[in-house]
Amino acid sequence: MDRVSKSLQHLFRSSMESIRDLLPILLVIAFFQLLVLRQPIPDLLGLLTGTLLVVIGLTLFVHGLKTALFPIGENMAHDFARKGSLFWLLLFAFSLGFGTTVAEPALIAVSEEAAEVAARGGMIDPDEEAMSSYANGLRLTVAISVGLAIVVGVIRIIKGWPIQYLIILGYLGVVIMTAFAPPEIIGIAYDSGGVTTSTITVPLVTALGVGLATSIRGRNPLTDGFGLIAFASLTPMIFVMAYGMIL
Amino acid sequence: MELFGSFLSALLSTLRDVLPIVVVLFGFQLFILRKRIPHLRQILIGFLFVLFGLAFFLEGLEQALFPLGKLMAKQLTAPEFLGIGIDDGGTVINWQHYVWVYLFAFAIGFSTTIAEPSLIAVAIKANQVSGGAIGTWGLRIAVAIGVAIGIALGAYRIVTGTPLHYYIITGYVLVMVQTLFCPKPIVALAYDSGGVTTSTVTVPLVAALGLGLANSIPGRNPLLDGFGLIAFASLFPIMSVMGYAQISEWIAHRAARSGAGTGEE
Repeated sequence: MDRVSKSLQHLFRSSMESIRDLLPILLVIAFFQLLVLRQPIPDLLGLLTGTLLVVIGLTLFVHGLKTALFPIGENMAHDFARKGSLFWLLLFAFSLGFGTTVAEPALIAVSEEAAEVAARGGMIDPDEEAMSSYANGLRLTVAISVGLAIVVGVIRIIKGWPIQYLIILGYLGVVIMTAFAPPEIIGIAYDSGGVTTSTITVPLVTALGVGLATSIRGRNPLTDGFGLIAFASLTPMIFVMAYGMIL
Repeated sequence: MELFGSFLSALLSTLRDVLPIVVVLFGFQLFILRKRIPHLRQILIGFLFVLFGLAFFLEGLEQALFPLGKLMAKQLTAPEFLGIGIDDGGTVINWQHYVWVYLFAFAIGFSTTIAEPSLIAVAIKANQVSGGAIGTWGLRIAVAIGVAIGIALGAYRIVTGTPLHYYIITGYVLVMVQTLFCPKPIVALAYDSGGVTTSTVTVPLVAALGLGLANSIPGRNPLLDGFGLIAFASLFPIMSVMGYAQISEWIAHRAARSGAGTGEE
């Protein structure tokens, strides 16, 4: 009985946290809709039920995050560190980056838009087939680039390199590519860096980095453990511009 | 019934998103590491929580927040609201109306970032790893302010039509300069916060704002100028998080100094 009431209390507390997380959006919408646009909120009931779903979803997700995504990510990082095989660790890092990106809905949407831009810019034929092969190629390119990013990031954690040197290299890569890439692709390339890292990828990859940095002697989980996401949002920019240049 | 059907399709699309990850994780666990997963039952239940949580989350967003948010972005960027005359070539810019657009960009950037689940995840982890030195709310608010400034500036760029890469390259230079002066332990986390901010909640609303603006302002091509807001939103949090670290270090420093000063008296 006591356990039930305790977990109910816990559930109540985390729902309150989710409500607090969502409150700013509701306030912004209410302010602009009622005071700036001066219109009533259409379908208030729908807004409230939708918000309720979002609150339930966020509460469940955060619980799952703490009980599944974080522990499994860190556990596997520890096990790989103990196993000591660099090859399998790097292959795992690549698969994790590639696998979480290739099916990412935001990436699918962005690559379709990119195909449309390319067709209008006359880079490819404006028919369905050419556009879908362009979009698929782009998606694969981005997924490979994210896989490579995680590999580089893991090597960095193992070696203990300061992150800023690699990031400077990446920034230089972006700047150089920008000078040569077709102007139509630049906007999409820059945006593709941000959209690749999904809600499930981020916690897993973060747990992997922190777990590795914790298991390897001499690494600090805060200084060395973070940074994988930074690479994963930098390499797609370079690769998408390269893709636009080659095709 | 309709609600149930759309929830089911949200659940299916989440499943499709989660499946490759589950295959990679369990494949490596079973065939390479060949170890039993500790607390397997708890982890499987946790995955179900993640799956259902994301499905509810997306379904709720699709039903309520996205339609309204997109509609508002469209209304705020409509030529009539902006006061852009269709016949006079649109050269007269009514700055007061643009102010609302920038304010909306700022507010929507801030509020969607606070609700972003992946940022919550990183904040929890950073808090754990730093032994509580990095507060979850401090980090989240710093990131949200960065996104807000980024999106407002990105909206300004669409209005003025200046090339995107000038802004981004300037941003890179600023990030590098800040890195020199920033407390070292925070650098990696700050770089990470650029990538985590833009996912489920932020991207659709911000994309609607960008496309709306590029559609309404004469001389802008939605396909070319509508992009770039996400790039801003992933650059500015890096600066704001490093700024947050610098300010908190400075405050701690000053407190320590004044504490030492009173100790001597």
